[in-house]
Amino acid sequence: MAGGIGSGPGKSARTYAGFGVPLILPAWLVIGIFLVVPIGIMLVYSFLTKEFRGGVVWEFSLAAYDQFFFDRGLFGDDPPQIEWTYILIFWRSIWQAGLATLLSLLIGFPTAWFIATRPASTRTIWLFLITVPYWVNLLIRTISMKFLIRDNGPLNTWLLEAGLISEPIHLINTWVAVQLGLFYSYLPFMVLPIYAAVERYNFALSEAAADLYASRFVTLTQIILPVVKPGIIAGCILVFVPSLGSFLAPDLLGGAKNFMIGSLIDEQFKGAAGNWPFGAAAAMILLSMVMLVLIFYARSQSRREET
Amino acid sequence: MKPLLRTGASALALTLSATLAQAEGELSIYHWFEYIPQEILDKFAEEYDVEVTMDTYDSNEALLASLKAGRLGDYDVAVPGDYMVEIMANDGMLDTFTRDEMPNFDNILPEWVDVSFDPGRQSSIPYQWGSTSFSVNRDVYSGDIDTTDIIFDPPEELRGKINVLDTAGETLTLASLHLGIPQCSTDREELEALNDLVQGAKQHWASFGSDVAKDVLVSGDAAAGMIWNGFGMKAREEGANIEYAYPEQGYIVWMDNVVLLKDAPNRENAIKFMNFLLEPENAAAVTNYARYTAGVDGVEPFLDAEVKSAPELNPPEGGNPVFVQPCSEEVQKIYDTMWTNLKK
Repeated sequence: MAGGIGSGPGKSARTYAGFGVPLILPAWLVIGIFLVVPIGIMLVYSFLTKEFRGGVVWEFSLAAYDQFFFDRGLFGDDPPQIEWTYILIFWRSIWQAGLATLLSLLIGFPTAWFIATRPASTRTIWLFLITVPYWVNLLIRTISMKFLIRDNGPLNTWLLEAGLISEPIHLINTWVAVQLGLFYSYLPFMVLPIYAAVERYNFALSEAAADLYASRFVTLTQIILPVVKPGIIAGCILVFVPSLGSFLAPDLLGGAKNFMIGSLIDEQFKGAAGNWPFGAAAAMILLSMVMLVLIFYARSQSRREET
Repeated sequence: MKPLLRTGASALALTLSATLAQAEGELSIYHWFEYIPQEILDKFAEEYDVEVTMDTYDSNEALLASLKAGRLGDYDVAVPGDYMVEIMANDGMLDTFTRDEMPNFDNILPEWVDVSFDPGRQSSIPYQWGSTSFSVNRDVYSGDIDTTDIIFDPPEELRGKINVLDTAGETLTLASLHLGIPQCSTDREELEALNDLVQGAKQHWASFGSDVAKDVLVSGDAAAGMIWNGFGMKAREEGANIEYAYPEQGYIVWMDNVVLLKDAPNRENAIKFMNFLLEPENAAAVTNYARYTAGVDGVEPFLDAEVKSAPELNPPEGGNPVFVQPCSEEVQKIYDTMWTNLKK
């Protein structure tokens, strides 16, 4: 790590390493107190006994994980079977988040490419424009989307007046609306890292490829994509992970008809269920899934660097 | 100009008292969102020279969760609904007061003194009461609406255009009324029937939402929706052509109550505030703002004309109002499973 700062070997690196400890201390404290400790509490709570109407009893219990994986029927005394309810809810979140990532990539990549290939003087303006909508709170943006797409909202009114449709497209309270909300919420997280990668790309490489009679498709897949891949992967993670735990879009645009992971966890703490250990367990399972994705990414990255 | 000056002066006084950080002279309220007019808070602050702060929550369960998570001792008063008063009292979260401490206690309407959730009013006073049923858009459906069929077995015109409250308690209670089974029933056949009912009815529901219950009716996203009466009245006043129903199978009534919290940091001011809210003029100001009904005698002269005549606030004689009951842990667990299965 220190080698990245000091260019010379030996002494200078060590000199800088000495500076590093006090400098990094605030960050470690923040991460320790506001990340590791709360996650530790959640982990412990997920193994405790549920107290009726919220709270925990300090007795070890696997009931929360049992509830997640085993179905014992409405009255809780049927022989245990595999519980599909939560798998279904997780799967819904995963494919919605995955689709949002894919859509963001399809729209974000050309956008990032467009911005990166503008003259340096206008790039800042384009980037600025990308960030403008995100000065507004996520809640406000999600509600605005609801206003836009409702049956008698502006979108349907315009399409009807333009004669493109004969009756309103019913979007509100469907999974399509949830998807629109997710995709729109996190799109800039795709654009910005890809932009950063494309901006560093040396366009002489494309020229060289063209000189060597590579088709445009081959140039894209063989030259450009490998170079900007880290940006794409970073963008995908930045869109996928928050989409996975999102609960504003499903609640406001999807009509809260179907739980996603985020709203399921929310219900355990704030709803009538008051099942804190189960909420904690669901959060830990979500966290583990995200960790797995990130570890997978980190390993593929380090393997790439070795080769 | 004069009132402006006075407000300015009181604001200055508030700032000063805040700057001097006097321990006495503070009041910390934990309240529902959009449920008390700012003028009333200002009036209390001015009359008693108290610095008032308020946090808000959006459901009885959220209030309980927050207090359980360690906020007890931060607040002086909160405003739980009827069944939640009982739950909080049983959990030892409430302090008690005596009638001598509260000169206006006798302003409470007699029927609201000896209530089941706080017999004799040891820890709570009435805030506002109202009902929960549903409103129907009369442009869309003109038939009879005084039946829970509207929600659970809707006519053709309303199918797919219904919003239900996103709280298991109220929605499952209305469903129990529809079936004519007792609340918190432990009978397996009745519980299975309840489960089948909501599972079957969901296909007709467009959305689940509580804080959006008014908005969906005003915007037309929903043509019928479960709603609290005052919220329904506000929706009507905002231009929706809707009518509030009093279903023959029964409807839910509730009362929100100001409770004295245990370990209140400013107990004395909390009592003063509760006493202040029992003044008819102040209780009426809350009613005029929230569009519900006060449990205090003598509010009539101070009420807005629209409030007095609103159909939402004047249930017909001979209806069947019921309070939501807190169910046992065993039944609540089944309700939770039912609710999760409904929304999976």
